[in-house]
Amino acid sequence: MIVQALAFYLFSAIMVASAVMVIASRNPVHSVVFLITAFFNAAGLLLLIGAEFVAMILIIVYIGAVAVLFLFVVMMLDVDFGQLRKGASQYLPLGGAVGLVLLAELLLVLGGWVVAPSAGTLALAPTPAVEQMSNTVALGHVLYTHYFYVFQASGVVLLIAMIGAIVLTLRERQGVRRQRIEGQVSRRRDEVVAVTKVRVGEGV
Amino acid sequence: MVSFWSGYALPTIIIILEVLAIIIPLLVAVAYLTYAERKVMAAMQLRQGPNIVGPFGLLQPMADGLKLLTKETIIPAGSNRALFLAAPMVTFLLSLVAWAVIPFGAGLVLSNINVGVLYLFAVSSLGVYGIIIAGWASNSKYAFLGGLRSAAQMVSYEVSIGLVIVSVLLCAGSLNLSRIVEAQHTIWFAVPLFPMFIVFFISGLAETNRAPFDLPEGESELVGGYNVEYSAMTFALFFLGEYANMILMSALTTILFLGGWLPPLGIPPLTWIPGPIWFFAKIAACLFVFIWVRATMPRYRYDQLMRLGWKIFLPFSLIWVLVTAGVLETFGWLPK
Repeated sequence: MIVQALAFYLFSAIMVASAVMVIASRNPVHSVVFLITAFFNAAGLLLLIGAEFVAMILIIVYIGAVAVLFLFVVMMLDVDFGQLRKGASQYLPLGGAVGLVLLAELLLVLGGWVVAPSAGTLALAPTPAVEQMSNTVALGHVLYTHYFYVFQASGVVLLIAMIGAIVLTLRERQGVRRQRIEGQVSRRRDEVVAVTKVRVGEGV
Repeated sequence: MVSFWSGYALPTIIIILEVLAIIIPLLVAVAYLTYAERKVMAAMQLRQGPNIVGPFGLLQPMADGLKLLTKETIIPAGSNRALFLAAPMVTFLLSLVAWAVIPFGAGLVLSNINVGVLYLFAVSSLGVYGIIIAGWASNSKYAFLGGLRSAAQMVSYEVSIGLVIVSVLLCAGSLNLSRIVEAQHTIWFAVPLFPMFIVFFISGLAETNRAPFDLPEGESELVGGYNVEYSAMTFALFFLGEYANMILMSALTTILFLGGWLPPLGIPPLTWIPGPIWFFAKIAACLFVFIWVRATMPRYRYDQLMRLGWKIFLPFSLIWVLVTAGVLETFGWLPK
């Protein structure tokens, strides 16, 4: 038990520290690297509570895909972040208010468990014991039986968002020479090669 | 005190010994993979290959390793020092941690976790960081271009690898690597899922930045790619990581499609050979194909590489996932 506790404090300390460094570091690439560290430690925390599937998905999706794109963009952009940050303190009240609202909501949700423990029983599907099924199986059961339509609908929403992003950034450019592979493959010798007899001193 | 010894200290020592029992043979395997690559390619090109250092040149990898160890590590003046040094370490570390979940035989695995496949997928998707950070931290045009190319390439091929893994999981009904191997008791997944096997192998070549998809290091245009600025031990770590990843990809192919430690047929003369030997033999066969491809194929052009990944492999593997799911559902073959 003591090892778990030590691991918990290790992960959470590193996570909080790197989360602070994300906004404190001057170099944007360093910020993204600290963000990745924060994600990693969040995955570690999830592993500690036995949510192995969610932990792995967190790493695959957020670190393996989202943060790579972040890093990509931040490396390519030539933005002077010092310049951007100059007037940042005027947004402090607004940012603080958003943070407070989120904190209040979190407290409401988590506080519900403490104040009224019976609230947990209102869930559509009860959580099966860990011994009965692994949490991958349990998640599959919950998502694909009780919340099937909601799950599908969220998939459709994501699909639409993706198509929307593509449509917004798609532009036809004139005069681009594209490779047409089927055209190249279906070319026949007769169409492109002609044998001509060239007389001396005349040329083709 | 006794409980501390039996509860914490002893398990820790055992785990460390087990880890060493995996990592040391792995590093030796990496060293001799470079030797095998040079010898096999030499044979394919009617050359001798390394044959001076030791009998048949067998000590060549050791000599190369010693050379890299004793050279000077140069850190470019304009580089980002911390990230420059972190990148090769990350690459090397990731290529080692993946081996924690690989089952070498029935029950012969360091950590038999329930989400083994996802773990491997996560580790392989992290591999891109070592390269992209190396490219950026070097503060050099060629290294940066190599890093960007590599990042785009690895992210693209990961998508099709993911879909291939989904179709294997549909047939196996578990995310646990040992269970996936056991599910191939009647027939290896390479047979019913043959097209997926090919897609996976080619994507594996792209994921490990091997020929014909070795554009990140394309020496003819990028002078060596993301690791131009690296020297000595930092370079050696990239090198080791790359070859360890090759072995890992072969091991993954073996586990997902070639029946892991299982013999081809469950009949006596084949079942007498212990499982790990089958496993290593299959990995060696996959590695041979890796080298064979390198000796045979010309390098892809970058746009063709992207086209292959996004316009051919992605739709194809997506359709195949649907077909697999449909067939399994229709005939009631879905594993419980």
